[in-house]
Amino acid sequence: MSRYSVFAIVREGLRHHTGWPRAWASPEPRARYDAIVVGAGGHGLATAYYLGRNHGITDVAVLEKGWLGGGNTGRNTTIIRSNYLQDPSAAIYEKSRALYETLSQELNYNVMFSPRGVMMLAQTEHEVRGYRRTAAANALQGVETEFIGPRRVKELCPIMNIDGPRYPVLGALWQPRGGTGRHDAVAWGYARACSQMGMHIIENCAVTGITVEGGQVRGVDTTRGPIGCDRLGLVVAGHSSQLADMAGFRLPIESLCLQALVSEPIKPCMDVVVMANTVHGYMSQSDKGEMVIGGGTDGFNNYTQRGSHHHIEETLRALVETFPMLSRLKMLRQWGGIVDMTGDRSPLISKTPVGGIFVNCGWGTGGFKAIPGSGWAMAELMAKGEPGPLAAEFSMFRFREGRFIDESVAAGVAH
Amino acid sequence: MLMLVCPYCGVTAEETEFAPGGEAHLSRVGPDGSDEAFEAYLFARANPKGVHLERWRHAYGCGKWFLAARCTATLEVFGTYPAQSKGPPPAVLDRIADRRGAGAAARVGRGAPDAS
Repeated sequence: MSRYSVFAIVREGLRHHTGWPRAWASPEPRARYDAIVVGAGGHGLATAYYLGRNHGITDVAVLEKGWLGGGNTGRNTTIIRSNYLQDPSAAIYEKSRALYETLSQELNYNVMFSPRGVMMLAQTEHEVRGYRRTAAANALQGVETEFIGPRRVKELCPIMNIDGPRYPVLGALWQPRGGTGRHDAVAWGYARACSQMGMHIIENCAVTGITVEGGQVRGVDTTRGPIGCDRLGLVVAGHSSQLADMAGFRLPIESLCLQALVSEPIKPCMDVVVMANTVHGYMSQSDKGEMVIGGGTDGFNNYTQRGSHHHIEETLRALVETFPMLSRLKMLRQWGGIVDMTGDRSPLISKTPVGGIFVNCGWGTGGFKAIPGSGWAMAELMAKGEPGPLAAEFSMFRFREGRFIDESVAAGVAH
Repeated sequence: MLMLVCPYCGVTAEETEFAPGGEAHLSRVGPDGSDEAFEAYLFARANPKGVHLERWRHAYGCGKWFLAARCTATLEVFGTYPAQSKGPPPAVLDRIADRRGAGAAARVGRGAPDAS
């Protein structure tokens, strides 16, 4: 496959763009692979990519029931940050954010990482104390953040009303190297790199059963026939409980709908990402000019990928005090994704009760930012059979042992 | 929008009048329970894509907790019943069997202890 470069653009421009090859191949599935990753979203593809890049395992298939990146990878609000309170979270999210910095060069695919800065508003005294604590923790963890006052918030984001009256802005946790990325491009870039390593990315191939013999995985049944493997990674977000059920165990996960929406495109007015966790809302402006807005999850178990209208109404009602200009904007599109929420709202990168099966799920409402780091840690777990330092604390057995990774202070709902 | 009927006051209302409360029919583990039993009670969830038995509270009405059988894949509600029940009543199970087949009704009937 050809490399993307300025010379390639010129060459193709001269011949009417007739020579661009397909970015990734669509092969027929083989009878068996060394390793199978279920789920060709960002996390699954990143897992496959780092299996090849870091561990030399390239006999890998990535199975996807729909189309590549059609789940939560294509449905999020693309925020990238790592300002977490707890050490295990800060480690994996900062690894991820650092990988995003050079991901375009590494994949030879522009993922449009834009480190425009992320601020998390403190709108109550409790949040001020919480974020000061997080800033101190981040300093110890080597994550670059600072607590800034309201005047600096106003300088960075002039469209904001910081005076309340209900929720005045008292300060913010500011991460200058956080930002946004192009969500589809992350999936496409990883898919292209995996395909170049000879891995098989098989779309429209739903897993319908998992074969376990003597406590060890032997393969999967799919809509395109049975496929054997020794190692199976389940990286399917909202449908993790269904895959676990096929393998005969339960996960500490419930699937909920999380909605997002975008406004009509307007001229550039906001060049940072703002999260307001007291009122459950976050917003940034896309390169097309749309205001990209997200809020909290709907309350009940749901697999429909459509949420209740009153939730987005609540999100906008809450944000409009801080961003009065929103009251004049028309909203263009709304969509929902099915997020997998764990008991402590932190992810699982873990061995399971079945030998050879590993899970990477539970990223809940904040998976996009974690894609490279999650794939890195999951690949190490699948390659070695034991978790490395990034994944060790994210075992699914922590719920039995009471070792929760409680991020409620750092992230609250917008996690 | 999701519509529910409160089995206590008989009101049919939109979901904004209710507050969801997660999976129903979880039995509390006693002080001599094992770590595995507490984990199962507190965290492990069936999380089915299909018929789900769940708790709701009529938060902006009578304030009482009740239970509902609902499909998580279509949001269809098969019926609501009082929180004191050990399992879904026959009328709700019949409705599930009618709409999703006898297998689905048997699964949720069997999942709840002492279903009557």
